[in-house]
Amino acid sequence: MRIGKDLVAAAATPVVLGILSEGESYGYAILQRIAELSGGELEWSDGMLYPLLHRLERLGHVDSEWRQSPGGRPRKHYRLSAQGASTLADHRRQWSVIGGVLDQVWPDGADHRQPRLALGLD
Amino acid sequence: MTTERAPALDELIASWRDWMERRDALSVRDVDELESHLRDRVDALTAAGLTEDEAFLIAVRRLGSIDELSREYAAEHSGRLWKQLVLTDSSDTEGADASTGTMPFARRANGLAVALLLGVGAGIAVKATELLSGGPELVIRNIAVLVLPFLAAWFAWRRRPPAGTLLGVAAAFAAVALALNLYPFDGGSSSVTVAMQDSATAVLATIGSIVALWLVTGIVDAGGVWRSDRTRMDFLRFSGEWLVYYVLIAIVGGALSGLTVAVFASIQVDIMPFISEWVLPCGASGAVLVSAWLVGAKQRVIENIAPVLTKVFTPLFTLMMLALIVASLMQWNLVDGSRDLLIAFDLVLVVVVALLVYSISARDPALRPGWFDRLQVLMLAAALIVDIIVLVAMIARTGEFGFSANKTASLGLNLILLANLAWATWLQIGFVRRRVPFGRVESWQTGYLPVYLGWAAILVFAFPPLFGFA
Repeated sequence: MRIGKDLVAAAATPVVLGILSEGESYGYAILQRIAELSGGELEWSDGMLYPLLHRLERLGHVDSEWRQSPGGRPRKHYRLSAQGASTLADHRRQWSVIGGVLDQVWPDGADHRQPRLALGLD
Repeated sequence: MTTERAPALDELIASWRDWMERRDALSVRDVDELESHLRDRVDALTAAGLTEDEAFLIAVRRLGSIDELSREYAAEHSGRLWKQLVLTDSSDTEGADASTGTMPFARRANGLAVALLLGVGAGIAVKATELLSGGPELVIRNIAVLVLPFLAAWFAWRRRPPAGTLLGVAAAFAAVALALNLYPFDGGSSSVTVAMQDSATAVLATIGSIVALWLVTGIVDAGGVWRSDRTRMDFLRFSGEWLVYYVLIAIVGGALSGLTVAVFASIQVDIMPFISEWVLPCGASGAVLVSAWLVGAKQRVIENIAPVLTKVFTPLFTLMMLALIVASLMQWNLVDGSRDLLIAFDLVLVVVVALLVYSISARDPALRPGWFDRLQVLMLAAALIVDIIVLVAMIARTGEFGFSANKTASLGLNLILLANLAWATWLQIGFVRRRVPFGRVESWQTGYLPVYLGWAAILVFAFPPLFGFA
């Protein structure tokens, strides 16, 4: 199954913010986590994550810092800011509404087979 | 095994970095981040059993197409597509490695601190002279001697010319200063008393001193290698850019001063005297250094603007001169023109030479002659015709009225520029017909610089005694 481009784009911000709410992380690890959470279904080309992270940083949703990786390489770490946390909460409310609506309009009723934590929905 | 292979991966990544860094939208730090990602991915893939080559190919592929990626970066960092003159920049200053922490303060931002310090020095020199001498007349006459040493000091700091060059330049400054202040110009000026009205020779000497000392300052900029075509052309480029920045600063400074005066006037405080007595003289002299710093700082960042202006104004100026030729032929009244006609035409010729020089300064010597070079032939020819008409008229008049200092000076300048343009036209025609290499067109202009210096020196040293300091 391939998730549509627009949907990926729409989900990208809450997904990244949600992953960062688990603790600070860096680009490669964030992508690994997304792959892990979505079972490899939610994917986009690796490079695209970075402009997104930069945008979130410019908007003040995340802070960044250069650190050394255990292997001694420089690595840029991102951390959720207080503002980012409230943005995430906001996204969550919006997605909940959408999720709720979709649950009620699917022809064969709500789909309870998969946990919906991956998108921060409840 | 890994130690044997590591260089191969490093080479691959280095060439990939090269490729990425060429994109305007990606900064070096962005590429660092992507490289870190790439290496993480390669590590994971090699751990899964792939060779480093394969892992690298897959990792790069997974990053996405470079075009798309740089478009994404550009959307986020649109400012990067506009080249910015980063004032706090330290990475591309010469002589400093990427280790920015170790760079001495003075070297940061292309030496802004030094330029500002020298600018303040120039302002103080001007203001102190005015306060000590009790009026602006002495300052105006000595303006080149007061301000340009600071510019020379700036060049000396940047280029580190040999001591002999500095001594020679210092001697030139001293000689001009002595001539300007010891000659007994009419109008009651000795070096101490205040000149109420400067004589014509004093004004000419002032203009001459500005031109001469500017060119002499160029010797410091050339680091003493002033015979070389290249360094001369570089100084010409510097002069053009400097003028553009100076005018920009002057316009903005004037507008801000006007605004300040207006705002204070609205609360019934008159700060006009403060502006005209302190801000204007100090600002105008300080701006000389700030413009010089800007030219150096932006050299590799922003395209030269003088050649762009040249491209825009050469056609317009050519049209203007053609119209002038037609008008003068129909009316034949240039002969009875006003007294200032010759000076006006000196300015026309100066503009023509400047248009020519700055288009030469930006031209790629390897390019074949094109429409613009033909247009320049037309411009040069028109300028020559106009000038000859004027010259014939004026020589007839000087025969009638004799030689005053002003007339002789402007006639001399006119002849100098005419000689330049006549030969330049010949060379340009040869260049358009591909008989003359571009290098000769260029070296004619750079080779002509000493002539200007010579004439300026004559204005300073020989004219006052020749014309009785009148």
